[in-house]
Amino acid sequence: MNFNSGDTAWIIVAAAMVLLMTPGLAFFYGGMVRGKNVLGMLAQNFVTMGVVSVLWITGVYSLAFSGKGKWIGDFHQFGLNHIWQQATGFESLTIPPLVFCAFQLMFAIITPALITGATADRLKFGAWTLFSAIWLVVVYAPVAHWVFSPSGWLFKLGALDFAGGTVVHANAGAAALAVILVIGKRKGWPKERMRPHNVPFVLLGTGLLWFGWFGFNAGSALAANTTSAFAFVNTNTATGAALLAWILTEKIRDGHATTLGAASGAVAGLVAITPACGFVSPMGSIAIGFAAGVICALATGLKTKFGYDDALDVVGVHLIGGILGALTIGLFATKMTNSAGANGFFYKGGWTLMGHQAVAVLAVVAYSFVATYILAQILDKTIGLRVSEEAESIGLDLSQHAETAYESSSYSDGSRFTSNFAQR
Amino acid sequence: MNLITAIIKPFKLDDVKTALNAAGITGMTVSEASGFGRQRGHTEVYRGAEYTVDLVPKIRLEVLVDAPDVESVIETIVKAASTGSIGDGKVWSTKVENIVRVRTGERGVDAI
Repeated sequence: MNFNSGDTAWIIVAAAMVLLMTPGLAFFYGGMVRGKNVLGMLAQNFVTMGVVSVLWITGVYSLAFSGKGKWIGDFHQFGLNHIWQQATGFESLTIPPLVFCAFQLMFAIITPALITGATADRLKFGAWTLFSAIWLVVVYAPVAHWVFSPSGWLFKLGALDFAGGTVVHANAGAAALAVILVIGKRKGWPKERMRPHNVPFVLLGTGLLWFGWFGFNAGSALAANTTSAFAFVNTNTATGAALLAWILTEKIRDGHATTLGAASGAVAGLVAITPACGFVSPMGSIAIGFAAGVICALATGLKTKFGYDDALDVVGVHLIGGILGALTIGLFATKMTNSAGANGFFYKGGWTLMGHQAVAVLAVVAYSFVATYILAQILDKTIGLRVSEEAESIGLDLSQHAETAYESSSYSDGSRFTSNFAQR
Repeated sequence: MNLITAIIKPFKLDDVKTALNAAGITGMTVSEASGFGRQRGHTEVYRGAEYTVDLVPKIRLEVLVDAPDVESVIETIVKAASTGSIGDGKVWSTKVENIVRVRTGERGVDAI
């Protein structure tokens, strides 16, 4: 096989960058929960790194990328058997198949990890660990196959997803909604206010995510070339635009531009540009980012309206942002950026591409929601997904891990002092 | 002998400390406190959700003084801690029955 050392070096580095996104996500989420649950949040994210790392190599990679099946891969590369062969449909890659496998592994880690933001403060650690393992096999593997593998039915249809707007974000967002509908609200929500206990952590996590996302998006070119450069610049531009749009929305609606809003806006932009980054122009990415900033900022209000406790707005940011990004490809995609892509509505491509994007979004969201809902119901009825009321009051750190993050117990309820007064 | 307790704005602590030192006060105890008076709390907004924080951070400063010094020390604290705006805090004095210096066992005014 004809390997290119530049491409190979870049994708190895990009894979490491994508891995770093999961600790970044852990801090992004961890700062937003109350101080008694921060270790629980970090632990759920880190254990996902363990579970998926082992399962992916063992067999899930083969299920997602090997074979000619329309719906799911095969067992040909189980246990990394035949790993000297490129994944089906990726024969022209100039990187070793094992590098491709490692790069895709990092996507498979962060996708279930995204769900932990919605279910924050109330999942049993062991139940989450088991859930993430099964979810990887029954939801992530088929969806990744449909969209990313050239054998998959959505890929064949002509739906475009450069780096995982549907596979990663809409998928995780829909799954998050399903799980929280099964497990219910946090004790006291929405009457009791649950203030983020460490906003600087949120910003730290955002920085790590933003950095790692260059590996996620520009690495998805699977080469070091002009397409990866477009993906890189589009990612950064959309993120900047979304950050500005979110704090502008806040300034107009609430009177202040907040740091949490800046971080949230950046993540919304990163999410929305993910599927589009290799297909649109940098000017198009500004429009996508700006739309994501405004729409996701408004979407975080939906949970109080409809009464579902999406604790850290995974639905508002990842589901809505992922759908938005996937659909904007239908408007802004241009073959000037990527000749392997297609032209969207604004580039004389008509509505054909938009149609394909809509089918992909609907299929992924519907399958992910239904399959996850069934899985969560089964686990909840058997082992139980949710901690006891007492454990929830004590906090996940102490009840699940016999640890506490901070010496001062006054941080335990997330406000600096007992909340009796604050919640009167 | 009196114990003077002052609740002041945290950022005024350095001014008060300097003023008390200049007035010849050699010791004090400072702790972080929280509470509210007429100032009440404030609101914070996270992703559009409003949070009312009633208890605001304050500094609690305690000084032991001999009875004749009470008025002047209170005056010094009030002058140094004042910003003129709501939430500046309060100062009060309470009678103290006895004081013992742990190291030497001295009692009363000698222990101040």
